[in-house]
Amino acid sequence: MHRFAKPSVFLKLASAIMPWAIGITVVTLAVGLYLALVASPADYQQGDTVRIMYIHVPAAWMGLFCYVGMAICGAMSLIWKHPLADIAARATAPIGATFTALCLITGSLWGEPMWGTWWVWDARLTSMLILLFLYLGYMALVNAFDDSERGSKAGSALALVGVINVPIVKFSVDWWNTLHQPASVARMGGPSIDPSMLWPLFLIAIGFTGYYVIVLIVRVRLELNERRIRALQLGGVGQSVADQHHLAVPAKQAGAGE
Amino acid sequence: MSNFFEMGGYAGYVWSSYGLATIALVVLLMVSLRGLKKSRRDLAHLETLLKSRRPRRKKAQPDAQS
Repeated sequence: MHRFAKPSVFLKLASAIMPWAIGITVVTLAVGLYLALVASPADYQQGDTVRIMYIHVPAAWMGLFCYVGMAICGAMSLIWKHPLADIAARATAPIGATFTALCLITGSLWGEPMWGTWWVWDARLTSMLILLFLYLGYMALVNAFDDSERGSKAGSALALVGVINVPIVKFSVDWWNTLHQPASVARMGGPSIDPSMLWPLFLIAIGFTGYYVIVLIVRVRLELNERRIRALQLGGVGQSVADQHHLAVPAKQAGAGE
Repeated sequence: MSNFFEMGGYAGYVWSSYGLATIALVVLLMVSLRGLKKSRRDLAHLETLLKSRRPRRKKAQPDAQS
């Protein structure tokens, strides 16, 4: 595990994965969008608004998936102090926040014509909004300290505490009376929706996952470069000053990436 | 074809969902790629700067770390 967590190994692995991730993302999104917008039938009750589902539901899955990933990375960065785990958590946050925001916005655009309201303060919608705030809080917190290590600690702690919200989102439709419908795909007894609607749902979900991998790799590379820049700048100011403030740690770690 | 764009009278809701999703994902990708490019430029710039100004420091660094 730690072997893969070395920046140099990660960069090699990332270069190998990148073309596959791009290929899978482009193909699944192209086919998924065709099925979602053209080939799949309109719902007998909801008409064509059901097509919003093919964005809304995969975006919701990604919002939760990214959050769990971010929290696991946060835990690894707290326990093993590994810089790459911290970098991966920081890189995941804006992607997860984007998907969560998309879920909320498309949900509103679906709710208005079908429920007659853009928003209700019920359990599912509120817990999803809290998920978005957890992402935004994490991003604000990790950047709130001059010492990035302290920022990581505070952010990871917030991400871990916020994990409690994930099962609340998932089971909110069962635990409380809500306007939101219960699960129809990931449920006991198998999916209850037609394959012609399941296919575009899964393909777009895979496409979104591929997109996540691509942007994650880009953002991790960006962050690795920026840490290297900071380390070099500190080296320029003077090694002794860096040592005094135990800021030499990122310098050594960045050096290991060569 | 016009049926396709009308989306059974829900064109505004359906197309704004897909449009916003596309815009959001493309913008996030572009911002990330631009940041990566900038970080590469800055890093290359800094490395050439350090090489030209402090040829000795580079050599001294491994000793300082061990």
